[in-house]
Parts: sequence; structure tokens; C-alpha cells
Amino acid sequence: MPNIKELEDFVSQVRRDIVRQVHNVSSGHPGGSLGCTEFFVALYQEVMKRKEGFDMDGKDEDLFFLSNGHISPVFYSVLARSGYFPVDELNTFRKIDSRLQGHPTTHEGLPGIRVASGSLGQGMSVALGAAQTKKLNGDDNLVYSLHGDGELQEGQNWEAIMYAAANKIDNIISTVDLNGQQIDGSTNEVLNLGSVRAKFEAFGWDVLDIEKGNDMEAILEGLKEAKSRTGKGKPVCILLHTIMGHGVDFMMQGHAWHGKAPNDEQLEKALAQNPETLGDY
Amino acid sequence: MKKFTNSGNIDTRSGFGAGMDELGKTHEDVVALCADLTGSLKLNDFEKNHPERFFQTGIAEANMIGMAAGMTIGGKIPYATTFANFATGRVYDQIRQSVAYSGKNVKICASHAGLTLGEDGATHQILEDIGLMKMLPGMTVINPCDFNQTKAATMAIADYDGPVYLRFGRPSVPNFTEKDGKFEIGKALHLVEGSDVTILATGHLVWHALEAAEQLEEKGISAEVINIHTIKPLDEEAILNSVKKTRCVVTCEEHNYLGGLGESVSGVLAKNDPVYQEFVATNDTFGESGTPAELMEKYGLDTKSIVEAVNKVLAKK
Repeated sequence: MPNIKELEDFVSQVRRDIVRQVHNVSSGHPGGSLGCTEFFVALYQEVMKRKEGFDMDGKDEDLFFLSNGHISPVFYSVLARSGYFPVDELNTFRKIDSRLQGHPTTHEGLPGIRVASGSLGQGMSVALGAAQTKKLNGDDNLVYSLHGDGELQEGQNWEAIMYAAANKIDNIISTVDLNGQQIDGSTNEVLNLGSVRAKFEAFGWDVLDIEKGNDMEAILEGLKEAKSRTGKGKPVCILLHTIMGHGVDFMMQGHAWHGKAPNDEQLEKALAQNPETLGDY
Repeated sequence: MKKFTNSGNIDTRSGFGAGMDELGKTHEDVVALCADLTGSLKLNDFEKNHPERFFQTGIAEANMIGMAAGMTIGGKIPYATTFANFATGRVYDQIRQSVAYSGKNVKICASHAGLTLGEDGATHQILEDIGLMKMLPGMTVINPCDFNQTKAATMAIADYDGPVYLRFGRPSVPNFTEKDGKFEIGKALHLVEGSDVTILATGHLVWHALEAAEQLEEKGISAEVINIHTIKPLDEEAILNSVKKTRCVVTCEEHNYLGGLGESVSGVLAKNDPVYQEFVATNDTFGESGTPAELMEKYGLDTKSIVEAVNKVLAKK
């Protein structure tokens, strides 16, 4: 049985890391990062099978691909605190000569990153390729991917979604962060996605909702259910209902904090709402 | 001058197909992806003989490139294939981020490059692909000249770890390089020794360069012909050694002069040994419908155009 309290403490620390990274360089994307914190912590601390040693050869372990690369602050924090690289390195986020680029990249050799992302809509194709290779290698571990909901406006996703169902890629769990927000406003205002569930289902995916996408127990339960649906001839999609900016009250209204850094005063407020649990870097 | 024999006209894309079928037997990690152009890319044998390693992506090139990038994770060597136009311009950002910037071992293999695609016209005749690909950091760019060389290049790139753009074509053209010859990435091939002018040619233009050299010889002009099958990394040493002797250059390619082989050569010359250069290339234009021969003549990419360019550069020397 997972220790929910421990995971929630982990979440609190990651939220501190997110706002501190972004504040430190006055740039970055805190909103989506905060909204997906529970999901990342659940994946890396509880759900995914990960190899010791971080050799990055992509074999004999579960793989994760972040398609919406702008939420790098949460990715970096969870990777560092899962042992992929020193936690102190979070101090270099977005700075010159850093491995922690504004958007994740393999270019600087940062352990845990398997492909560059940031230009949106490309991650599902890459994840599918990795899933296909797992099948060829007889490697029965899973591939996870995460996508923004606004990101689904990119057409390449639908090429990938069509391919995955047609070719029965059933060793992939793709999660859509359904926070309803993007840079210019709500997804409804910018380009209405309609029913994401109906779209994935029409393409032939097995879809499940995690209605409480910022609730650790609900996420663990949802991921467990998703895992149980793999290997049955259909790719699996999780619709993760989150709140952008979750855990920092003034960042939770709308899309304002998609890509904005807190000032000193706002940082203090944000940190006060997320106690230090594992030690700040 | 050394003579080359055409062992029979055949398309370079068939060289690719033959290389792939061979690779299927020798390299178990090689996989092929194709966006609904299996026959055009001559992949039928690979598909038949290695069905588990052939991936039909449908008319969805962006997904094909991304999948190819992903397939390298876990150790596969993906060959992503379609027409040159759809393999480069259409998917530039996918190649840039998921392949080149991510340093993935993907081989982008593009048929029907240039004007010689013929009757389909300018929508399909890309003349900008070498430029697009060579500008990507870390990308190797190869444009072999005939069936034998395309087959050899197809096989050689499997043993090189890194992203490659391999460009070939549709029409039947003379096959004159050594059968089962060794292909060394980045190593230019001296075909003809000469002393008056250096002709640097790539792809389909290599045969025309040889024909031009013969015609020039009859007029008492000694042309050195070098086959630049690898545009990036460019064999600078071979180029500079040749111009040291000849003091002038003609570059020949089935591509826009902007961004092509000629421009890469100009950069090397300007930095090291500036000499006059003429460009046999398209002149910042789109193509059009027509037979390959008609198009090569109209756009100044045939043997006659190379002879004229040589005369022009010699007059300046």
C-alpha cells in the first residue's frame, strides 16, 4: 500500500521547487507544472517501474515522455528528487550553461530526459515509436506520455492517435492534462476542443477519466485502472482533470499563471501554502 | 581521361531498396517506416522479407518522423522514408526537435528529390531540401549519384550513429560506380584527374559532369571531376587540394544554388582559397511539369550547361 501522506509531502516539496525555480530566473511556466504535480509524483514515486542506475538505454523499464515540455519545472524537480541528478542543480534552471534548459532536452545530457520537447504536438509520436520498439524487443514494460489539452490543437497528435489505435499499440498510456487553459485564454475560447473523450474513443482508444486530477489517491487508483487496461489491443488514454496552478491559491484562477513568474512577495505567499518537507535545494 | 562505363540505366531509389533488403538480412535492428509510398521507395522486398520490421504509417509524415525518433529509444535504427518534399519541408520542425536536437539515430531517406521527379510538377519537386537539412546542427547530408552508390550509402549509414538525410531520385540514370563499392561518409571521390578546372558534382549531376569532362577534353580542356556524395560533412581537403591545382571551380547539383552544395563550397573557398566559381543549379525558382530530360535542359542542369559553366569560369580565371 502506498503511503499517501509521504507522497503528499513529496508533492508539497515539488511545488516549492517549481515556484522557486521560476522565481529565481523570473521566467518559466508554473501553472501547468503545479497542476500536474500529483501526477508526476505518483508516476515516478509509485507507479512506474524504473531501473537502478539511470542508464537511459530505454530497455527493461517503463518510459515517460513529456510532450508539453514547457512544464519542465515539475519534471526537473521530480527527476532530481527521484535521483536522476543532484537536487542542487535546480538552481541552474534556465540559466546559461545549464543542463536544465527552458524546455527539456537530451542535448545537454540530463539524465531522465529521453527526447527534446517544447514545440508542441510531437511527444505522442515519439512515445509510440518507443512503445513499438518495446514490442519488437519483447520488453513488456509500459510507455507513459503526458500532453496538454491545448496541445491537442496540433494536428500531429491526431496522426499519432489514429496510428496507435489502427496498429493496436496497447502498451502505451497517454495522459491529457485537462485543465481547460492555454496561453490566450480558456481552451473553450481559444479553440474549443469539444469532447476529448468522444474524439479519442472515435479513434479507437480506451479512455478513462481521473476526475480529481489533483488528488493523490484518485490518481493512483486511476493509474492502476489504466495499467489494467493495457495489453488488450487498444491504446489507453487518461483524461486527467486538473486545476492550473493547483496548490497556490492566487495562481488557480484561469490561465494567468501559464507562463508567468511570481515576484518576491508572491513567492513567499506560495511557499507559505506548501511547507518544506524534504529540504529546499 | 579515365572512362566510366554505364552498366545500364536504373533508378537510384532502386539502389535504396536493394540496400534496405540487404540491411534487413545483416542488421536486425534496422526498421523501415513509410508514409504510403512503399512501391515508390522500392521497399517492397524489405516489406515482404521483414514484415515485422516494416511500419506503414499512412499519409502522416509528422507522426512518422516522431515515431522514428522514438524507435531509437531501445536501440532500433529507423529508416523513415517518403518523397524528399514530404521528408524535409513538410516535417522540418519534427526533424529539428525530435531528431536533430534530440540527437536521435534516425535515417531520413528521401526519394523523388529535385526536378527529375518530372511530370508531377513543382508541388512535389523539392529543390530546397539540401539547404534545409544541412542547416540542422549534427545532420549528415548525402546525395549519391547512381544505383550502386545509393545502395552502398544506404548500408553504410546503418553503421554510423547519428541523424542522416539520404537523398535520391526517381528516374533511370546511368549506373557507373563500382558494384558493391565501399561508401565512406564525408569522403569525396576523385573520378577524373585534371588541371584546368575542378568540377564538383553531386547526385544525378555526376554523370553529366563526366560527359562534360569528355567534351571538354576534346577541346583541349583538362577537367578534374570530383563526386561530392556527402554535402555535410563536406570533404574540404579534397576540394582545396584540387583548386590549388586548377584555380577555378564549377559546382553541379539538382538543387537551388541558394543553400545547396555550391554555397557550401563557396564558404570553404572564401575562408581558405578564394577562386572563381560557377554554379550549375536552379536559380531560385520552383520547377514545373515535364519529362526529366526536358526539365534538366530547361533549368540548365544538363551536360551542355556544365560545359558552358566551365567556359565561363575559365574566361574569368
